[in-house]
Amino acid sequence: MFYQIKQTYLHTHIAYSCKLILFIFLLSGSPLLISAQTENDAIMMGKNLFCTGIVYGNSNWNEYWEGTLKRENANLGTVSTNMIGPMGSLGVSSKLNVIFNLPYIKTQASAGQLKGFKGMQDLSIWLKWKPVKKQIGKGTMSLFGIGGYSIPSSDYVSDYLPLSIGLRSRNLSLRGMADYQVGVWTATVSGTYVHRSNIEIDRSSYYTTEMHYSNEVYMPDAAQVNLRMGYRGKYWVVEAVADNWTTLGGFDITRNNMPFPSNRMNMTRTGINMKYEPSYLKGLTLIGGANTTISGRNVGKSTNVQAGLFYIFNLSAKKSDKNQKK
Amino acid sequence: MKQIYILFTFAACLLLAACSKDIEETNLLAPALNPTNADANAGNWKPILLSSTSEIAVQAPIATTSPDYVAQINEIKAWQGKLSESEQKSINYWSAGAVLRWNEIMRELVAKYNLPPVSDTNGVYPLPNANNPLAYPFFPFSNPPYAARAYAYVSAAQYDALISAHYYKTRYKRDAPYVVDPRISPLTNKSTLYSYPSEDAVVIGTTVELLKLLFPGEQDFIQQKAEEHRRVRLISGANVRDELEAGEALGRAVALKYVQRARTDRAGAAAGIVNGVDVWKEFELAAIQQGETPWISQETPIRPPMLPYFGRIKTFLFDSLTVVTKIRPAAPPSTKSETFRKELEEVLFYSKNPNRERIRMVHLWGDGVGTSTPPGHWNAIAAEHMIPLKLSEARWARNLALLNMSLMDAAIVCWDAKFTYFNPRPSQLNPEIKTLTGLPNFPSYISGHSTFSGAAATILGHLIPEKSNIFNEMALEASFSRLYGAIHYRSDCEVGLEVGKKVGNYAILRAQNDGAN
Repeated sequence: MFYQIKQTYLHTHIAYSCKLILFIFLLSGSPLLISAQTENDAIMMGKNLFCTGIVYGNSNWNEYWEGTLKRENANLGTVSTNMIGPMGSLGVSSKLNVIFNLPYIKTQASAGQLKGFKGMQDLSIWLKWKPVKKQIGKGTMSLFGIGGYSIPSSDYVSDYLPLSIGLRSRNLSLRGMADYQVGVWTATVSGTYVHRSNIEIDRSSYYTTEMHYSNEVYMPDAAQVNLRMGYRGKYWVVEAVADNWTTLGGFDITRNNMPFPSNRMNMTRTGINMKYEPSYLKGLTLIGGANTTISGRNVGKSTNVQAGLFYIFNLSAKKSDKNQKK
Repeated sequence: MKQIYILFTFAACLLLAACSKDIEETNLLAPALNPTNADANAGNWKPILLSSTSEIAVQAPIATTSPDYVAQINEIKAWQGKLSESEQKSINYWSAGAVLRWNEIMRELVAKYNLPPVSDTNGVYPLPNANNPLAYPFFPFSNPPYAARAYAYVSAAQYDALISAHYYKTRYKRDAPYVVDPRISPLTNKSTLYSYPSEDAVVIGTTVELLKLLFPGEQDFIQQKAEEHRRVRLISGANVRDELEAGEALGRAVALKYVQRARTDRAGAAAGIVNGVDVWKEFELAAIQQGETPWISQETPIRPPMLPYFGRIKTFLFDSLTVVTKIRPAAPPSTKSETFRKELEEVLFYSKNPNRERIRMVHLWGDGVGTSTPPGHWNAIAAEHMIPLKLSEARWARNLALLNMSLMDAAIVCWDAKFTYFNPRPSQLNPEIKTLTGLPNFPSYISGHSTFSGAAATILGHLIPEKSNIFNEMALEASFSRLYGAIHYRSDCEVGLEVGKKVGNYAILRAQNDGAN
């Protein structure tokens, strides 16, 4: 009678191509939510280049943190989330890119009776701006300002954790990012503040640490820190990634209770991201990545993999890839 | 580029500023109680458990001309000279009504404690222990039957205590402080009733005493609420201290009568496990002997069913024989019948084909783990519809007592049917059936939500006839949400509603004869 839930972050990583963009999806949320997605990488698309494709992600957990207590739940078994959706990035200029994604998500639990949910989750749009690029020492330092907004694209249900497909909050994210590259070696650090709107649920009252007589739920904001370093070559990018998501408020799942969208969901994940652009197929980019959750609170201890396939189009009349910027 | 940046920053600031994240809590919108009819004659209404409204003795108050009384009046004046903002807020909160606010507090406690225990490492589910409520598993596990009984005892006791208070108000005719001394201006609506003993204090005394039994681990929280409430009565100039003291003593004495009843109402045996032995297996055996497929827990590890002997608890509105002879429904369709097969198929359909509207119903009426349960939900509905009616405290208590006795008796007759027939949940017989809400861990027939809702809508429709249709629609939706959630068959819901209505009709019978019309 209680199924517990979880949430996880699927970190999907997509790389972009054609020397374009590399980014990471943060599947966050509930059962798996893919929601805040971010482009945490330091690669920009050139003007009039449009890179688009499909990204797939899978997340699984059979342990989760009930507050700070790590446990299993035989009435959930393994909770899996699969995500697939279009993603794209447009070079408005070599210093300003627009990125979007729109995932379709399906959840399920291997044990118990609870039905998994599926549906279109949140549409995310990002503006990525690179105002500064400077030679410092032996390398190049670039600074980025990134802003994003996400909004549910369907009337999916959030109050069904861990099997809901998202949390429904409209998120406004502001990120600062610095990248330093020496030859083919890079290190990137970014910090993000995520302002989350309140959400509405189907119930007329609910209990957090006290009773609330409303169908509106206060959603605490969140912060994310992302570190990555590795190799960035002509055909391959391989990076080690560490990522922390911290909810700035919220409450713990009480003993054997159901999770709730406004729980204090925290997690730290580590993993790798890769991107490959075959030299014999110009314009094509393959991305892949995997990560695992090393600590968390009110989330699933998930293992996540992702893969994507992208193609780059040149939207300017003639000039083909001359416009591509490194 | 710069312009774009500025534009973006501006847009971001705007978006952030646009969304205040404060939530409007609807219960805080209730205005100060200002009854259209004070029900001054409520001392003549018929009590539930007491033999009469004068059964509990209340001493005559001291004269309002005595120095002691004058000292009490001066206490109010001293308070009123230095009110803080938080005290004013507190006055606004409690002035909405003692019965209403304590009902909300109960719903909150039920929601907090409505959590099934985790099994231990041997796969055994430990039972909560009332003598050690704060050791895991916490006592109580306030599941729907437990909650229904808790609400009923508190509401019935508040009613008996309040009409007793009315009896003594009329008998002793002590004027309110602001009548005795016009220099006191009350910070809440003036009551036209006599003031001794205080109605609010009666509610405090009754509720605090009963909650010691029902939520023994929450004494600090409850005492703090009680202290805040008492203080509001003083600082608002609504009561002097001896009116509170007399009221609380009366409330406590009435509550003790109910505590006595609670200790002998057979709830103690409801778990069906005696010295570690599952005596409830007799129900399983009976189903097998009838040639039927018995219910089996779908949880891992297997969990004993929720309170299997709750159906034998002492009822409020009729006697225990009536449960068996007049209310218990006929057997559900045999699991081997064609009717059953069709009903199972219908459940599978709803499991496979959810839509947003049905999911809304399933979740609105889910009232599962961590909520105030279906009885709590119906209390919230009742409160919402009673606030605009401007009722007296006595009538609030009477209406909630009728509602909550109905809900408790509905739980009893429902559990009686569930364990008499012990029939399986849809997902037990067809594992393809996945549910859209938590699968309750007890037999299927009849649906608890349906029985609760049928009973509640019936008595509420009698008490507030102009809303009768709305209540019936709600009941129907609550009932069928269980089919849409794929945890109940159609006949569980339909028969549950009917049985609930029968219970509600007994409450109507009482309401027609309790002197309050």
